[in-house]
Amino acid sequence: MAKMNLLQAINSALITAMTDDERVMVFGEDVGHFGGVFRATSHLQEKFGRARCFNTPLTEQGIIGFANGLASQGSVPVAEIQFGDYIFPAFDQIVNETAKWRYRSGGQFSCGTLTIRTPYGGGIAGGHYHSQSPEAYFAHTPGLKIVVPRNPYQAKGLLLSSIRDDNPVLFLEPKRIYRASVGEVPEEDYELPLGKADVVKEGSDITLLAWGQQMDYMEKAAEMAEKDGISCEIIDLRSILPWDVEAVCESVAKTGRLLIAQEAPLTSGFASEIAATVQKRCFLNLESPIERVCGLDTPFPLAHEKEYLPDHLKVFEGIKRTVQF
Amino acid sequence: MKDRNHLADIKSSHKVSIIEKGTVDIPMLQLLNADGTLVKGAKKPDVDDDTLVKIYKTMRYIRILDERMIAAQRQGRISFYLASTGEEAASVASAAALDNKDMIFSQYREQGALAYRGYTTEAFMNQMFSNEKDPNKGRQMPIHYGSKEHAFMTISSPLGTQIPQAAGYAYGQKMQKEGKITICYFGEGAASEGDFHAGLNMAAVLNCPCIFFCRNNGYAISTPADEQFAGDGIASRGLGYGVKTIRVDGNDAFAVYAATKKAREIALEENAPVLIEAMSYRLAAHSTSDDPTGYRSKDEEERWRQKDPIQRLGKYLSAKKLLDEEQDEKDAEQMRQTVLAELKKVEKTDVCHIDELITDVYDKAPWHLQEQLDELKAHMKKYPDAYPNTSGRL
Ligand SMILES: Cc1ncc(C[n+]2csc(CCOP(=O)(O)OP(=O)(O)O)c2C)c(N)n1
Repeated sequence: MAKMNLLQAINSALITAMTDDERVMVFGEDVGHFGGVFRATSHLQEKFGRARCFNTPLTEQGIIGFANGLASQGSVPVAEIQFGDYIFPAFDQIVNETAKWRYRSGGQFSCGTLTIRTPYGGGIAGGHYHSQSPEAYFAHTPGLKIVVPRNPYQAKGLLLSSIRDDNPVLFLEPKRIYRASVGEVPEEDYELPLGKADVVKEGSDITLLAWGQQMDYMEKAAEMAEKDGISCEIIDLRSILPWDVEAVCESVAKTGRLLIAQEAPLTSGFASEIAATVQKRCFLNLESPIERVCGLDTPFPLAHEKEYLPDHLKVFEGIKRTVQF
Repeated sequence: MKDRNHLADIKSSHKVSIIEKGTVDIPMLQLLNADGTLVKGAKKPDVDDDTLVKIYKTMRYIRILDERMIAAQRQGRISFYLASTGEEAASVASAAALDNKDMIFSQYREQGALAYRGYTTEAFMNQMFSNEKDPNKGRQMPIHYGSKEHAFMTISSPLGTQIPQAAGYAYGQKMQKEGKITICYFGEGAASEGDFHAGLNMAAVLNCPCIFFCRNNGYAISTPADEQFAGDGIASRGLGYGVKTIRVDGNDAFAVYAATKKAREIALEENAPVLIEAMSYRLAAHSTSDDPTGYRSKDEEERWRQKDPIQRLGKYLSAKKLLDEEQDEKDAEQMRQTVLAELKKVEKTDVCHIDELITDVYDKAPWHLQEQLDELKAHMKKYPDAYPNTSGRL
């Protein structure tokens, strides 16, 4: 197996998908010759030609509207939005169009082949508009799938599944660890199931649940907690929608406690949805209130980024609060 | 009621008539040659010598600021920088043609307009170092300036959003009879956003005294203009919306000044928007995160260096004895020293107090923000070393 970073794994997935299926097309701002501002699409234009990997004009609503049309025709668009923060000009196309295409046409047409890739999250000194985690806005929209890998292996397998899934998928890439996360990635084709969580580590006192770039903090916090004699089970959600309620509830039934971390603000974040569902399904198993460690309910700051973000210390304190409740 | 007939002005024809690109010629206003002489038959715009020298010195200053700050970024002293090298005439000469109280909605390559209005080196630095003296309280990346005092709306990163906003601002100015206009800067890339089309259309229909100033510098990050649009630049779109339009040589300070002056007159007197397309070139990288060698040639850059807006005006001023070259070099050295000295001073300034994390979200922080801040501060007291920029001042 080859060692790859997360960006290389995405690149490898795109090469695999484009080789496997001629209908796959990759496009977005600076995606063509340049290979994208993060270089996730490097060399695709050389390999597959300008008709299948191309720059678009600078218009997110245009990119997704165009992708919707392509997808409804039966092509397989993989559209890149340069930063998650700039997906909002395309919000209408995604929320009102992509997501509802199949439903409104009674299943005659759909955008099922569409995959939207975008980097998300903070920790890169990007401030206000290069740091947001927009998953909850989209999770409120029936008709979309939302996937967040945490490492190169997942990135390739989950992206291939997303491209081949017959539903529109929003694929959020943890940009803080784009180059930092390196691991073994098979060169060949493989898929990881959508909607399935990954139990990273087993434990008995508390379940720690997160996704994407929060996962490293979970592991670090768990190590700290173990030193205090607290045994943590760690779950990587991987798919925000649909999410693996069974894996989560099974774990909570065992540990009796749940902590969820997310970078996005607390209010109406996806952690709230999980907390409500687990509370209903596991009410009698719970030994303490479900804890959420989240970004603050402010826009994303720059100078106070470190203070704003959930980190291993905030998670560690959350673990103690929950266990000592 | 007004009798409306939307077909009234349409000429009919019995042939299929195809109007294509190039059918309408949009000339480019040019007054100064690259060697600093006036174009044959051209007249110098109606502008006094002091203003011309001020335009020149501001352009020179911005170039120096760019050089120093790019170096500072490479040394890890600031996180990011975005230069306006090569495009100084577009922002500086346009700002010079305005009233200082006209509102500016900027994209991010228009530091020259701010400098022309007297924004100080220290003020530039405070923003770039995200410190407690940054009026935006260190919430945005470097170069996202904003200054009420200088009638400069705080910059927002999402491209194009300022275009319809500027139309709205200008409409308010008209309603309140401020006798002022709005100028809105953006790149040819940003002109692809839906907001551009919405903004121009609204401004035209609602008669907004607004100048839309497009810097067409050939690239949007790596994307060349010919992959950005297939039509005749941005100017031709103005006509489509019924907006009066001027195309200028963006490296010619005289032409930019004259066009903006005229546009301001139209905006104010006719309550009408004007579109200016300034043809220029981005000599610098897109930003300090970019490497243009991957997508364009040194030759191409070199050709544009020959059209340098600063040298062009400098040559004119020298020939008119308005500029002494020796003194000019001394002044430039002085500017370099000032920038360096301010940089050293400002980089030691603290970031905002942690209490500022929750201010300005609303007019007053609601209970839930206060509660979250209190929890955060209690946490920071426990782990002061993990939050070194702020924990010393809880
Ligand atoms: C809505 C949105 N999409 C993408 C970006 C990322 N981005 C920042 S600058 C830029 C290129 C802008 O090009 P242009 O408007 O031509 O201005 P220039 O940089 O050439 O001065 C892009 C794509 C953004 N800031 N906002």
